[in-house]
Amino acid sequence: MARAMTRHSEAQSIPVSFTLNGRLHEIEVEPHELLLDVVRDQLGLTGAKRSCDVEVCGACTLLVDGRPVSACTTLAFEVRGRSVLTIEGLAEDGKLHPLQQAFIEHGGFQCGFCTPGMILAAKALLDENPNPSEAELKHFMHGNICRCTGYKKIIESIMAAAKKMRVKA
Amino acid sequence: MLRRFRLEEPQSVAEVSELLGRFGESAKVYAGGTELLLAMKEGLVQYERLVNVKNVTGLNEITVTDGSVTIGALCTHHQLETSAALTEKLPALKKLEQNVANVRVRQVGTIGGNLCFAEPHADPGTLLIALGAKLITEKSSSKREIAAEDFFVDAYETALEADEVLTKIQVPVPAANGRSAYLKFGYLERPSVGVAIAFNLAVGCAGPAPRRVAEAEALLEGKSKDEAERNLAQAGAVAGRAAQAISDLHGSQEYKEHIVGVLLKRAFQRALS
Ligand SMILES: Cc1cc2nc3c(=O)[nH]c(=O)nc-3n(C[C@H](O)[C@H](O)[C@H](O)COP(=O)(O)OP(=O)(O)OC[C@H]3O[C@@H](n4cnc5c(N)ncnc54)[C@H](O)[C@@H]3O)c2cc1C
Ligand code: FES
Ligand code: FES
Repeated sequence: MARAMTRHSEAQSIPVSFTLNGRLHEIEVEPHELLLDVVRDQLGLTGAKRSCDVEVCGACTLLVDGRPVSACTTLAFEVRGRSVLTIEGLAEDGKLHPLQQAFIEHGGFQCGFCTPGMILAAKALLDENPNPSEAELKHFMHGNICRCTGYKKIIESIMAAAKKMRVKA
Repeated sequence: MLRRFRLEEPQSVAEVSELLGRFGESAKVYAGGTELLLAMKEGLVQYERLVNVKNVTGLNEITVTDGSVTIGALCTHHQLETSAALTEKLPALKKLEQNVANVRVRQVGTIGGNLCFAEPHADPGTLLIALGAKLITEKSSSKREIAAEDFFVDAYETALEADEVLTKIQVPVPAANGRSAYLKFGYLERPSVGVAIAFNLAVGCAGPAPRRVAEAEALLEGKSKDEAERNLAQAGAVAGRAAQAISDLHGSQEYKEHIVGVLLKRAFQRALS
């Protein structure tokens, strides 16, 4: 038992080289460290939120290589060699992303707690399907929970952003 | 919060098995981590070591041979829901995969992890039993095949030995397209009842583990359409009992048995259509 405990507390360090919001980062993490804690507490990006902590609500959503993951239940070392996008990296040259703009214009948020995750999930959806039907949108977004808006305004916001992005493209 | 553990990153199945054998109960396979990390965060299980199997090559492929589709245990739900091979050969499994959990869990969660965790409220096991799938498992120096219907022992309990790794799932392709169906029902995060019809008939989620219901198959198989339809209610009742439904948050035992009957009827009609 004593031996097991010593072994247990020996720290193992894993070098992680990854891109965060377009910039290369080289950090070291222990195997048990969670991506959400590393991004919020070590790298100071607090847009992603911890809420349910069990992969249900989507408040902690980050995009890894463009796809949504629950950062609350992702081990930080998993982003080795990958590209991570947080809500802080979405605006370009001080200009809000069409999704961010649409959420403001269409009242897509109230308290805003779910919003970073909502917008990142919506980005992943529109990147793979620029013209989703409402059913497709609901299916993709059903794992992002909002306690305030009743979803109607969120759907309107995403649909409006999709339209703008299609015109631009 | 996760407690500290060590990470092993072997490159082959033999090494994975060797590590599991060497460290026994203090080590566990880690694939997508969507179940394992939750259980560890809750403090329900603790391991000194996790063995990351994602560097083992050849376990995340989907290959089509004559009459079957072979799915690597490390294939994620997302890979399966977007697989052209599944669209063509196993549409019922593809549809099932599109409706597992949410987009983030599908992104990293693997089919192997789903089967090996044997959480009662899971979808794939039920359909794989109905399809007569075989689970291929390996140890350092041996390999065996386990029929899907023999794999699930109880809630969170499988036929897998401690140093055994699930490597592949071999699924026979039903002769005519569309001759299989999986239907589920539920209003909580995970499904409450699942029913599948293909070569076999299987029920899941309602009780501790998915089960084949041969007695209900006998009421439908080789019968004329009219006769089978007359027998549907009885088959549903038999399947309801075989589900070993338990009363819990998802509903009472009677309620789940009733839903099994309803889903069976609909699955039968869908499989025929
Ligand atoms: C919020 C949420 C909702 C969900 N909803 C559904 C649903 O609707 N339907 C459904 O079917 N499932 C559902 N699931 C379960 C989901 O499908 C599983 O979490 C996922 O597939 C597990 O895969 P993983 O790779 O993450 O497994 P891990 O968490 O990595 O592993 C799970 C277990 O399997 C073992 N293991 C993994 N791979 C192997 C292998 N190759 N050989 C031997 N042992 C192995 C591990 O040691 C561990 O004990 C849900 C999960 C969550 C978190
Ligand atoms: S906090 Fe991660 S999904 Fe809810
Ligand atoms: S805006 Fe408050 S939770 Fe969505």
